Amino acid sequence: MDYGKAFLVGGLFCLVGQILIDRTNFTPARILVGYVVAGVILGALGLYQPLIDFAGAGASVPLTGFGATLARGVQEAVRQKGALGILTGGLKATAGGITAAIFFGLLAGILFKPRDKA
Amino acid sequence: MAKYKRGKCSFSFSTRPVIAAWASIAGKKESQGPLAGSFDKTFRDTLLGQKTWEQAERKMQELCLRTLAEKAGLHAWEMDLVYSGDLLNQCIGSSFSLRNMNIPHLGLYGACSTMAESLLLAGLTVDGGYADRVAAMTSSHFASSERQYRFPLGYGGQRTPTAQWTVTGAGAALVCSEGQGPRLLCGTVGTVRDLGIKDPGNMGAAMAPAAYATIRTHLEDLNLTPGDYDLIVTGDLGQLGKDLLLELASRDGLELGGKLADCGTMVFDNTRQDVHSGGSGCGCSAVTLCGHLLGQLSTGKLKKILFCGTGALLSPTSTQQGLPIPGICHAVAIGGGAS
Repeated sequence: MDYGKAFLVGGLFCLVGQILIDRTNFTPARILVGYVVAGVILGALGLYQPLIDFAGAGASVPLTGFGATLARGVQEAVRQKGALGILTGGLKATAGGITAAIFFGLLAGILFKPRDKA
Repeated sequence: MAKYKRGKCSFSFSTRPVIAAWASIAGKKESQGPLAGSFDKTFRDTLLGQKTWEQAERKMQELCLRTLAEKAGLHAWEMDLVYSGDLLNQCIGSSFSLRNMNIPHLGLYGACSTMAESLLLAGLTVDGGYADRVAAMTSSHFASSERQYRFPLGYGGQRTPTAQWTVTGAGAALVCSEGQGPRLLCGTVGTVRDLGIKDPGNMGAAMAPAAYATIRTHLEDLNLTPGDYDLIVTGDLGQLGKDLLLELASRDGLELGGKLADCGTMVFDNTRQDVHSGGSGCGCSAVTLCGHLLGQLSTGKLKKILFCGTGALLSPTSTQQGLPIPGICHAVAIGGGAS
């Protein structure tokens, strides 16, 4: 059941992305950043957490989940440290994701070579 | 008064220079397409044993020029001049391939119209009596073009439905003052057209107005009709751009139907090769002309064609700054050996 929910919600995020690629002339990079920003806004308004509660990884793994984590990190840091948290909270909460992305990116870059898709 | 000028931007070749030899080199995907049998050399390793895609493209031009010389029965250094260009920054595919070759070289940038542009200039140089053997050459490589214009392959970006697939290949033609082979009859230099298309994933739409303008000007300047040609073949409009060109023409009451073909839709079979709107790149029209079309002209299957190289004159910087994509198209009429 959990897998089904995660698949449904995660798949819907991908579907929206595919429609944006096909129907608009946004570049992949713009769509990617748009997803993060949308996650930040939804997270800040408290609308994203219910989705994570429902779909688990289906909502937390897509880029919108990263955005929501940024927003949540800032909120928590502001609660603990005051205004300084605006600057420190986001990266602290997402440090795991960012470091993993850099590390696995480096690893893939060392181990593999991109090939012509022909 | 220019003796050979016709109309606004066309001219006729007085001596009808001969395309005495031609050569085409094509990659893996192209050699699985409908024109597979017409290429001189094909390769499966698209890196051609090189370290980078850019060096692979340079290697393709080297191979292409060598094949051209072999087919013409010459040494490469016996050529009087090479006009060549490609899509890489500062055209390094072309200039690096001619390093230490001792052949005079004039580099060109006409985006994907380079095959037509170089052929026109080679024709003019020979026709004017300035040289006897002039090569026109260009290339493109799928992977180096993706890095140049879109994203490096390692990024793994998604392709849009209107996107075209850059042909991995090189083509070269040797224009001579005498010999046997298809002949250059007349040509039209294109004007830069820009109707405000901004999507670099839809270059067919950006180039279609330029293609139409050039074809129309060519017919008007030389007092011809589409019926005078067996085939009017555009460079790389793709399926979408070709449809737009037909629409532009029919709005003006010009019937191109049945005569029009596009190298981008000829070089790949879109029903099984998943290339979205078709092929593109300098290599697209180069391998189609220097493989299939010149072959058909020399055997008499085609008598007279209008080869219209189409180019999208964008740069990565202009795209990032949100500027629209200007298009250009140069046309050159080629007649079969006997005409």
